[in-house]
Amino acid sequence: MRKLGAALLTGALCLSGCSAGSLGSSDETAAGQTQITFLTNNDPANVKVAEAMIAAFEAKNTGVDVKLDTRPQGSEGDNLVKTRLATADMADVFEYNSGSLLQAIAPQTNLTPVSGEAWVGDLDPVFKQVVTANNEVYGSPWGPAVGGGIFYNKPLYTKLGLQVPKTWADFMSNNAKIKAAGVAPVQQTYSETWTSQVLVLADFHNVAAADPGFAENYTNNKAKYATTPAAQAGFQHLEELHKAGYWNKDFASAKYNDGLAAVAEGKAGHYPMITFGIPALDTAAPGKVNDVGFFALPGTDASKNGVTLWEPSGIYIPKSTEGDKLAAAKKFQAFVASAEGCTAYGSAAPLGGPFVVKSCTLPADVAPAVKDLSAYIDAGQASPALEFLSPIKGPALEQITVEVGSGIRSAGDAAKLYDEDVKKQAQQLGIQGW
Amino acid sequence: MKDPGLVMLRKSPYPYWFLIPGGLVFTVFFLVPSVMAFWFSLTRWTLFDQEFIGLDNYVQFFREPALASGLWHTLVYAVVTSGLKVILGMALAVLLTAPILGRGFMRSVAFFPVLVSTIGVGLTFQVLMHPTEGVINQILGWAGITGPAWLVDPDWALLSVAFVDVWQGVGLATVIYMAGILSIPGEYFEAAKVDGASAWHRFRRITLPLAKPATVSVILLSLIGGLRKFDLIWAMTKGGPGFTSDVMASVIYKQYQAGFYGLSTAGNVVLFLLVILIALPLFWFFNRKDDNQ
Amino acid sequence: MSTRRLSWPLSAVAISLFGVVFLLPFAFILLTAGKTQQESAALEFSWPTRWALVENFVAVVEARDYLLIIAFINSTILTVASVSVVVVLASMAAFVLQRRKSRWTKAVNLVILSGLVLPPAVVPTIWVLQKLGLFKTMPGLILVEIAYAMAFCVLLFQAFIAGIPKEMDEAATIDGAGPLSLFFRVVLPLLRPIIVTVVVVQTVFIWNDFASPLYFLPGDENATVQLTLFNFQGQYTNSYNLLFMDILLITVPPLVMFMIFQRQIVSGMIAGSVKG
Repeated sequence: MRKLGAALLTGALCLSGCSAGSLGSSDETAAGQTQITFLTNNDPANVKVAEAMIAAFEAKNTGVDVKLDTRPQGSEGDNLVKTRLATADMADVFEYNSGSLLQAIAPQTNLTPVSGEAWVGDLDPVFKQVVTANNEVYGSPWGPAVGGGIFYNKPLYTKLGLQVPKTWADFMSNNAKIKAAGVAPVQQTYSETWTSQVLVLADFHNVAAADPGFAENYTNNKAKYATTPAAQAGFQHLEELHKAGYWNKDFASAKYNDGLAAVAEGKAGHYPMITFGIPALDTAAPGKVNDVGFFALPGTDASKNGVTLWEPSGIYIPKSTEGDKLAAAKKFQAFVASAEGCTAYGSAAPLGGPFVVKSCTLPADVAPAVKDLSAYIDAGQASPALEFLSPIKGPALEQITVEVGSGIRSAGDAAKLYDEDVKKQAQQLGIQGW
Repeated sequence: MKDPGLVMLRKSPYPYWFLIPGGLVFTVFFLVPSVMAFWFSLTRWTLFDQEFIGLDNYVQFFREPALASGLWHTLVYAVVTSGLKVILGMALAVLLTAPILGRGFMRSVAFFPVLVSTIGVGLTFQVLMHPTEGVINQILGWAGITGPAWLVDPDWALLSVAFVDVWQGVGLATVIYMAGILSIPGEYFEAAKVDGASAWHRFRRITLPLAKPATVSVILLSLIGGLRKFDLIWAMTKGGPGFTSDVMASVIYKQYQAGFYGLSTAGNVVLFLLVILIALPLFWFFNRKDDNQ
Repeated sequence: MSTRRLSWPLSAVAISLFGVVFLLPFAFILLTAGKTQQESAALEFSWPTRWALVENFVAVVEARDYLLIIAFINSTILTVASVSVVVVLASMAAFVLQRRKSRWTKAVNLVILSGLVLPPAVVPTIWVLQKLGLFKTMPGLILVEIAYAMAFCVLLFQAFIAGIPKEMDEAATIDGAGPLSLFFRVVLPLLRPIIVTVVVVQTVFIWNDFASPLYFLPGDENATVQLTLFNFQGQYTNSYNLLFMDILLITVPPLVMFMIFQRQIVSGMIAGSVKG
């Protein structure tokens, strides 16, 4: 019934000029072709990338027909992926987070290891580490790595004669000057709560610089946010900035888009953010991408200053994919990790950071903020974010950081509450020693 | 039933097998999975493996920092939304069954919010309730009132969402009431009018008592709905600022989002018991009164 | 009632009240649906500098290879099938539950109440569907939606059936009607006002449900209308103009249905005159 209805409608629509093979269910596979399904998140920009990737792949591998399937983003999507894996009903190849969230889908039981594939040798070592479980590699990288830090308005910096700060004290003195000039020093956008975590999460390079063993001790229930000064600094920064009155006036109701627009148009001096925001800058403030620069979160020691990195998500193959489909899925997975794959990726969306495949290079026309980010990485001043080094990340962090940034809760209290949240997560994951 | 023995001998006009088709679907696709889920509330469950941990999840759930305030918020939210839906639903239904201009159009307009997806409602009201630029505060400003910051004011966030919930859901209550009011025979009103009863009197003596089945439906539906509500809260405030608009269902949903499946199932069992505790006495109360009539 | 004279003051009050309370938010949705992406990104209550209604309409319909059309077909089949079956099954069950008061039926009522309260358990439901070979099929999803709707419908029908005098059943039984013809020929027609209400309410619920289709019938070719909203809503990038256009488009069909049915509610008062 449904298929028939769809077919009839396809017919009707094709009169108005649609191509064959559209309308999903009527997708035809040519004789001798292997059809595989690729599941990725339905962010409109990401779907464009996926379509470009599939087109480039199919042009080179005529024997494979890749069908695109989408899922929601964020935790709803995470739950869907877990549900489909747990019920042995996963797409033939799929995109999913790397790092701690990958560990949560039990790669050893659910995914096909691909350590022996040729492309694995071409991976950036940090990325390789975040798609590895029990010494087996499971995924190829979907897109570039991005960095967490601070977007700043370049014309404003020039106008006020400011330098990019390397310590927190320098940053605060810049803020004072920006405020004196009548501009909001730091933008916050709590209508979308996830944006509130950046000041804490992106500070991790500084935490690791001060206390190299933190990630391991934290995972083993030995180091706490409340008792590690370097780790607590992120919360204190939030408190300090709020108390100094450095936020934009509408910080509580502003949205992410407002934040991007404000820093691009010079209504705010800084916006703590991750560079995946760069592609969205162009819609938020058309033509202003070149006015936005990027620097790492300043810490206590200028000589150790560096950027916190978020690794790209991975392309994985579930154990349920077998035979011809497995071979085809592996081809697709490899293609994504090739120079051609990177080109296809970059052709569909502006990039927010450098690729993690050695044979891939950034095009010359990337946004200035991406160049700023690359400079840190090339100089070796970068560490992966804590969520890539430890399986534990408390789920309530974004609510807690909103509280601190709004003056509802003190930094010390917040660190304690977050430790409790972390403990719950470790227990729920069944991690040893909690 | 004058003589049960005799009735039983004859074939009942109300055969039990009428319950089977519906009961079967309900049992297989709802009850069985729910009972299975109850088991998981006693385990640490990642969807991929499970480990029996007894009542640990329940202990953990009651230690949840946002739970105590969440419980209070849940009650406030449920009472405010269901109370307003009963009052406003009844008022709108009376209005929309009265002889007024553009009645059909307005019935559709009042029902429109029910149909708009929660994402759309959430975004729309985030804009309308903006503390400084929002239309609502601008209108209040013309009247010389300084409106609160609504969704971003910790003291107002929960109520703000409750108001939007009422806006979105009152159309449904109105429809149920309209069906109730319109099934009251018109002669009752005519007779009362002939007797010289005022409009208010007619409402008190005829509409209100005779629309009782509708009231029961609206109260049960909106109260239970209010106790379980989280999608609108999630779309508008995510329980914030901080935890100030967290209700039990949103606390549970956060556990589920974090992948704590056993813990969230335990939370659901607790919420289930709470709702039963509140709804069951009401349910019995209404049913008993029905039997007496 | 239609013979009564129009009340002008009441009309004026009603119209102005509705204008502010209900039409203002609607205006925002319409205005945003008519903006360009850049203008809509600001999410302001303002007049579009350039109307892009037609472009946005085309963009939404064409998105993801006309996914919206597929979704409309799927949602319509899902909603119509689920609602029509649940009306019959729930009214039958409610009839017997209301008429036969025994310890049995009281227990059943309690269990039904649980259906109103408990949130659905997703993964176990998938297991059940897989065991029955119904996972990832439209009939499977329809059965799940029926099961979820059952509790509420049975309770609503019971409340209404209580108002139908038992003497009617007895008269029909004496005339020789069996249970089936008693129910379908005599009782069911009397239920028209409540059936209309149930149909309206359940259509809204099922049409607006996105979680069940997402989990029980995954895959883009199986998308329902609510899932198309995700196509215009990114975590990091947003096209609010297209999102609101989509909201507008998927809201119109049930609204039209409601406009037709609200006349039915009015005419239902004649059938409902046995009540009270």
